[in-house]
Amino acid sequence: MNTLAVTGLPPPTLRRRVSDLLYTRRGLLLLALLAPPLLWFGVIYLGSLFALLANAFFRLDDFTGQVVREVGVSNFIALLEPANLDAARRTVGMAIAVTLACTVLAFPVALVMARTSGATKALLYIAVMLPLWSSYLVRLYAWKLLLAKEGAISWAAQQLHFSWLLEALLATPLIGGPSLSFSTLGTFVVFVYMWLPFMVLPLVAAVERIPPSTLEASADLGAHPATTFARVVLPLAMPGVAAGSIFTFSLTLGDFIIPQVIGDSTLYIGQVIYRQQGVAGNIPFAAAFSLVPIVAIGLYLWFAKRRGAFDAV
Amino acid sequence: MTAAVELDGVECVFGAGPAAVRAVDRVDLRIDAGEFFTLLGPSGSGKTTCLRMIGGFTLPTAGRIRIGGVDVTRQPPYLRPVNTVFQDYALFPHMSIRDNVAYPLMVRGLGKAERAQKADDLLALVQLPGVGARRPAQLSGGQRQRVALARALVGQPQVLLLDEPLGALDLKLREQMQSELKALQRRLGITFLFITHDQHEALSMSDRIGVFNAGRLEQVGTPADVYDRPATRFVAQFIGAANLLDGAAAQRFTGHAGAMLRPERIRLGDAAGARTSATVAEVQYFGAFTRLKVDAGGTVLQADLPTEPGAAPIEPGRLVHLHWDARAVHPLQP
Repeated sequence: MNTLAVTGLPPPTLRRRVSDLLYTRRGLLLLALLAPPLLWFGVIYLGSLFALLANAFFRLDDFTGQVVREVGVSNFIALLEPANLDAARRTVGMAIAVTLACTVLAFPVALVMARTSGATKALLYIAVMLPLWSSYLVRLYAWKLLLAKEGAISWAAQQLHFSWLLEALLATPLIGGPSLSFSTLGTFVVFVYMWLPFMVLPLVAAVERIPPSTLEASADLGAHPATTFARVVLPLAMPGVAAGSIFTFSLTLGDFIIPQVIGDSTLYIGQVIYRQQGVAGNIPFAAAFSLVPIVAIGLYLWFAKRRGAFDAV
Repeated sequence: MTAAVELDGVECVFGAGPAAVRAVDRVDLRIDAGEFFTLLGPSGSGKTTCLRMIGGFTLPTAGRIRIGGVDVTRQPPYLRPVNTVFQDYALFPHMSIRDNVAYPLMVRGLGKAERAQKADDLLALVQLPGVGARRPAQLSGGQRQRVALARALVGQPQVLLLDEPLGALDLKLREQMQSELKALQRRLGITFLFITHDQHEALSMSDRIGVFNAGRLEQVGTPADVYDRPATRFVAQFIGAANLLDGAAAQRFTGHAGAMLRPERIRLGDAAGARTSATVAEVQYFGAFTRLKVDAGGTVLQADLPTEPGAAPIEPGRLVHLHWDARAVHPLQP
């Protein structure tokens, strides 16, 4: 009789059994992979967020300085005080302006970066990311020096005979001030500088996904480059703009250091929250104020979705 | 009559120095109005670069390009009266099919109602009525192909450029689109400049074919010209199957210094009057015909014989006698 020698499989070890189990029950593997990040997100992040929001409904006893755990809306009524409304309006306005400026500045960079390759592309990536390698505070204080009355910018403006322009800008109400480092314009410039990479990177990714042939097709069908940009590039890059603007918008809403160091000492949301929870120890009010950026971002996303920003995703 | 497209000493060199690639090398070409003209060649032969220069996406490094008698050599694509059907269709993914087709009309500032009407007309012309509201991602490859065609035709271009538009379709659909494209071209009278590497496509659809090789136009002629009277060995070999004969073998079998003999022009017959006798080395069955590789005194010849129903199969090793008409031999420069 003709038999083939069959080599028996080695007896199953524990390792083999576990690997077999994971192979046959895919759900188990998924659970093992996702449990740590889900726990982190669910407990640490969402849990603390909800604890914060719950605090917003408590109140601080002015006399004892203790948090009174009674549910009420007094903090939300306090939000409507003119000074607080003012800070909210100023912060949201700044966030919108910074987002728009970052979008406008990032587009040309993204268009170039998406169409280059190799060493040029690597170099451009480094150029965009390089500022992120150094400390945020170092960069902030560097800007303080640049923007100061005797700083490099006003010196350069003087040398190039542009002092009149700088003075005209500083004399403009709302954005002006004694010098760039003590003006809203200065705050704006530094915000744009700080968050620009967060707009450039998602925008590059979005522009890279636009097939080059659709741009050629648009030109081929008679569209001027400006029309191609408005009708093809912009709508297809919108998911990138949306992603980038979530960064620029929320980072501006939450920041309390930049307006502290550079600006005309009017308060932004972040500073109000910082002072309420730190100096005044009014955690409930700080928590209520924290809701403002969250609601603002929510409204923004809802608006972006309604305008079809995510249609091309 | 002015030519629809004229290329005059057109050259395209990519890169510089020793690494420079001469993609298109001094090409002269005249395509008549209303013609179905095909540029045929292997990949990398320069045919697509040639098309891109006519469309305006690549600028020639030398030479002139005229469309309808107007010099467009330095004009950007959006000013040229040509439209392109791209290989990957290049539909706008964020627009409905109707908006895609109406895009050239939108660019020209036509009213919304008129645009929609014309787009729907064109969609009906390419046999895709009723898909106007859908998105490109909801259509099949063949349907996207038709949308790209409708979009390229809606602006009534002087010349339609088609860059391997059927390459991504399966065989049945490709054959169907071939005859539809041809019928459409006849009906509209627009000049079609078609790019393909598929010889069957080129032969069956074109009025004339330009055969590209290594950046040069090797031959321009009707399908019968390039098939029966190839100008060069490359053309003979690239289009259809060919027995290329050189030197002593060419002298012995054809009396020329070099010659081409199409395999399907060879018949088997009696020893009397045979051009040569040979031993069958290999038999391949293709259904419509049977391909024999025979050894005729050291020269391997290929013969495609029509399959006769009920005929005894030919076995390798058998001695056969080959016949062909003297007119089947086409002399070639060796």
